[in-house]
Order: sequence, then structure tokens, then C-alpha cells
Amino acid sequence: MNEDIIKPENLVYTKTPILNDNPMHYCPGCSHGVVHKLIAEVIDEMGIQEKTIGIAPVGCAVFAYNYIDIDWEQAAHGRAPALATAVKRLWPDRYVFTYQGDGDLAAIGTAETIHACNRGENITIIFINNAIYGMTGGQMAPTTLIGMKTATCPYGRNVALNGYPLNITKLVAELEGTRYVTRQSVHTVAAVQKTKKAIRKAFENSMEGKGTSFIEIVATCNSGWKMSPAKSNQWMEEHMFEAYPLGDLKDK
Amino acid sequence: MAKFKGMVVVNTERCKGCELCVVACPSDVLGMSQHANTKGYNYVYMKNEAACIGCAACGRVCPDGCLTIYREKL
Repeated sequence: MNEDIIKPENLVYTKTPILNDNPMHYCPGCSHGVVHKLIAEVIDEMGIQEKTIGIAPVGCAVFAYNYIDIDWEQAAHGRAPALATAVKRLWPDRYVFTYQGDGDLAAIGTAETIHACNRGENITIIFINNAIYGMTGGQMAPTTLIGMKTATCPYGRNVALNGYPLNITKLVAELEGTRYVTRQSVHTVAAVQKTKKAIRKAFENSMEGKGTSFIEIVATCNSGWKMSPAKSNQWMEEHMFEAYPLGDLKDK
Repeated sequence: MAKFKGMVVVNTERCKGCELCVVACPSDVLGMSQHANTKGYNYVYMKNEAACIGCAACGRVCPDGCLTIYREKL
């Protein structure tokens, strides 16, 4: 019925060619897909495909280099900010970003993250926080909420035994070296648009030499949480945003 | 009466049937097909084409970038 409007001049939205045609290995409904797409769109809009270098983490997003058509390097577990530091110092005219999950950035890579931010390296750190170790089978992560059930805390996270969830974004915002620290999400259209703006701002900041930009994206892991994609978005709104409220933590 | 009519073209091989676009659609246009693609996922299709306004909400929340949206003013 509406097929007659399929013309190039009527095109509103399509996948950017920078996100290539390889089928993504992520589970259906995974937030990684949306964030990959946003990064590709920002790179496309800024026209910086030839000038962007991404650092892939260890975790589900380790194969990010298969999907976004830019230069990538893959870091040892948690060491992405250290590698990004080296890349940015050797290539100051490149847009360098790391893409890390909570197990990578907030557990094994805490030292690298905090020191890279404290040195004020001119890089962008994109941090996907889904409160779980998704790739290895849904174990407890430092960011797991109190009482949240995972494979390694089947009765819920117990503060006496496992301690408190680590709010690393708040920690990073306290550091002198960071310029822009924000927490976003990708569960609705409005949230997706806001996150895209934040990513663009962070990429632009990284060229101005005034410090690190850090974007936390509160995300879902529907396989790890054992819910449907739509239900996990709802669960995230109800539980995750209480511990990890959205908004800018620092913008100078 | 809507001021726009829209069309969603689905890349059925890329779609994983997560249904996030179905939830995001403000006009209740999309539904899940009874057919599956070669990977075994039931892909999304336009169950109510007439209601589509081409707002591209579905495309923006799609994790796999499988939706292309066209819109024409009436």
C-alpha cells in the first residue's frame, strides 16, 4: 500500500554504511547494538571515519572491530584506557575512544581507568554498564545492584559478603582530569537521541585538549538477566536508574 | 487523519526478532511475523501499514540497524 513512497527523497532513516553488513553476534535486543550504531552515526555525521581509532575491550564487545568500519585495536582485559593513552599521544590528531563494559572498566581495569582520567588524557571512554558479566555467563560484577540475582550470587548480592555496587562514574567525576562525565541510556527513542548527542560532544571534546570525556551508558543484558528485551528495559528503568541516575555529572 | 504516511522496510535476514521496535512504535504498526529467517528468528513486519507516520522511532531503537524508514507528506 505504501510501497510507492520508497524513493531516495523520502528516506528518513537507514543504517549508516559505517556500521557494516556483518551480522552482529550480540543477543537479540542487546544494548551494544544500539550503542555501536550511535557511534557509527556520529562518526558518519562528523566525517571522521579515516581519523577515528577505537580500542576494543574484553567482553561481549571484543568483536566491535568486526562491525564498525574504522581503525581498531584490541586491548588486554581492562587495559583499553592505557592503550588509548598511547594511541592518542602518538597520533594527537586522531579521535581515540575506548569501548568497555563494566567487568572490563570497573573491575580488572579500575586502575587504568582512574589513572587515565586523572591524567586527563584527551580520549573518550564509553562505558556500558549492565551490572553483570554478560559474556562469561552472567556472573556478579562490581556494579551489580544490592539484592540482584546473578549466577555467582543466586540469592541476591549480599552487602556483608560482596560489598556495595561500585559507582565508578561518580568516582571519575571527582577527578580533576575529566572534562565531561555523563550517564545516559538507550532504552527509548529520546534516550537514544540524548546518548548520541553525548557521544558527539565527547568526540568533539577529545580534540580540544581539555581532559577526558567519560560516558556511562546504563544498558541491559537480557540473556544474563534472564528476561525478554522489552522486560529488561522495564526492569532497568525500575531498578538500575535508582542506583545509577541519568544525567550529566560534570561538564566543564 | 495523519499528515504523513510512512513505510518501514525490514532487512529480514538481519532482524533478530527482539521486539524493541514493536514497543517503541507510537502507532502500533509493527508486529512479529509467523515466518522465520534463515537463522530461525521471527522477524518484524508491518501489520498495520496504514497507521505508519514514518517517525523512525523503530529504526532508532533497533539494535541491529535492520529498519529503513521512508516518509511522504500527504
